[in-house]
Amino acid sequence: MDEKIVFLTIVGMTLVTYIPRAVPVLLLASRTLPEPMVRWLSFVPTAVLSAMLFPALLLKDAAFDFSLDNFFLWASIPAFLLAWRTKNFFGTVALGMGLVAAGRYFFG
Amino acid sequence: MSDNLSTFFAGVRRISPLTLGVAPFGMICGAVSVGAGMPEWGAIGMSLIIFAGASQLVATQLMAEHASMAVVILTGLVINMRMFMYSASLAPHFKGMNPVKKGVLAYLLTDQAYAISVARYGEPGSEVINKPLYYLGTAVTMWTCFNVSTVLGAYLGALIPPQWNLDFAIPLTFIAVVVPAVKDRPSLFAAVVAGLVAFFANPLPYNLGLMVGAVSGIAAGYVMERRQSDG
Repeated sequence: MDEKIVFLTIVGMTLVTYIPRAVPVLLLASRTLPEPMVRWLSFVPTAVLSAMLFPALLLKDAAFDFSLDNFFLWASIPAFLLAWRTKNFFGTVALGMGLVAAGRYFFG
Repeated sequence: MSDNLSTFFAGVRRISPLTLGVAPFGMICGAVSVGAGMPEWGAIGMSLIIFAGASQLVATQLMAEHASMAVVILTGLVINMRMFMYSASLAPHFKGMNPVKKGVLAYLLTDQAYAISVARYGEPGSEVINKPLYYLGTAVTMWTCFNVSTVLGAYLGALIPPQWNLDFAIPLTFIAVVVPAVKDRPSLFAAVVAGLVAFFANPLPYNLGLMVGAVSGIAAGYVMERRQSDG
């Protein structure tokens, strides 16, 4: 990655991640946010991460890839199940990485 | 004085079990950033300065996909918007403090520090404790744990041979974060709609598919929750 872009991105990210943390605590003395806004915000992380996840699993070079060679997709199924049953962050990542590595080693 | 110190350490103690979950998350943040082609200083600098794990992972993934800087930064903002509600909900507890101190407390804000502090503020006896110091104890603990583990991850990640391809690690962290966050039908609906719309909208330019998907998912979850609560 271009170091200049990395640097500028970090500066920009610093600003945009700091503003939502700081503005309410500095400017709102005691008011709470309107209820619909709180509900709306509560769905944001799930929706954004999911919107990044589906294309990452289903697409390869911008084309739909449902083939057996799409190790990401197949490895994600046991990882989903483990995450759902155990909520174990590290176990989920380790299982998925292990399966992809094994897939590449044996079938890649 | 010793009262204040014990308040601070009460926060440290109460949050410390959560470091077990944050340490692997930080290590993975460090390792995948390096694996995606970011220099070590970039991976460590992101954690130290930005200090927002989910936003960092999303940014790293988008940079690896060669998204434009504006898209990366905008998505980082959207992911961290939830801090808006945490910050607003903490505001009354930090009333009357010097703005510089408030600014530091705001920088340290995380999901975990918020959740633990607000739980304590709701318990009996919380009127007499120094609330900002209790929060500081929780927040500093998270900050230290996250940053130490990112540094470890960044250097350990650099040792992993490139042919192992850490490229799948970021989508996996998304699975590991999203799946436990799906607690009810509205959140499940939000996740599924966001994912499917983003998938079908993927050909849109400027990574617009991501935003269209995310907004659709949020709206879907919101509408379903309202319909449920209205009976």
